[in-house]
Amino acid sequence: MSLYDWLLFLHVLSTFLVVGALTALWALVLSTRPAAPLLAAESAMRFGRLGGILVGAGMGGAIVFGIWLAIDVDGYELWDAWILASLVIWGLAAWAGGEAGKAFTRDPIGRRQAGIRYQALNSVGILVILVLMIWKPGA
Amino acid sequence: MLAAIRPDDVNLPLFLHVLGAMLLVGTLFAVAAATAIGWRRSSDTAGLTSFSLRTLLIGVLPSYILMRIGAQWTEAEQDYPDGFDPAWLGVGYVTADIGALLILVSIVLAAVGLRRLRSGNGLRFGRAVGGISTLLLVAYLVAVWAMTAKPS
Repeated sequence: MSLYDWLLFLHVLSTFLVVGALTALWALVLSTRPAAPLLAAESAMRFGRLGGILVGAGMGGAIVFGIWLAIDVDGYELWDAWILASLVIWGLAAWAGGEAGKAFTRDPIGRRQAGIRYQALNSVGILVILVLMIWKPGA
Repeated sequence: MLAAIRPDDVNLPLFLHVLGAMLLVGTLFAVAAATAIGWRRSSDTAGLTSFSLRTLLIGVLPSYILMRIGAQWTEAEQDYPDGFDPAWLGVGYVTADIGALLILVSIVLAAVGLRRLRSGNGLRFGRAVGGISTLLLVAYLVAVWAMTAKPS
């Protein structure tokens, strides 16, 4: 396997980690509705903490290996519009994900709606980045 | 940078394939993680088992179908020549087909397990489903490697 193969694998694996962990966190949100919670608070916190850590790790891996790929591959540059747009959206999504984590951790009941809004913002950002990565507009 | 430059017609099916695969991995991870946490925490094992079985029933099959339809559509749009049969495509088919079988087994186990949970049993079904989900996660890790690195 070449360096490119490894970088691409690790980049894609990181995005799988992000979307996979986000999917698990949405399952957690659905199963902790105040009207009919499936999980005890401590179990939900433990599960949520694990998901949050994996989203963070995945986002870190995606950006590191993504930038490395953009530098390594002839024909792509960091200042290509679709890559620049992805980097900006990545920053916004990372901020929203961090805010979601804070909201759910500090006050999972009182700040639940805020946490859901931030998590939705994070998820939409990741989805838009996925679209940019597949379509590569302008490439 | 998810793949090299490709025909535009491939983008939508590839997007659906990748999105389905990511959602599939996510739901399987939720099932496996809840099972693992429940195994270590006896006070809320029933709640975690219920969560993992419901997640499997609601999330895994739609994600799998999206991934599989996206894969077939992508292959059709790529218009590969006759006899094109690289190892990475074979790995994809094998993991998808064996995965389908294991997912069907898991769905049956989850349905039975959820019913048994109401009468205080069903934990063994949850653990079996968690074990299968972990196995599938490992298989899909190999599939992601094969799809991206495309060996041989």
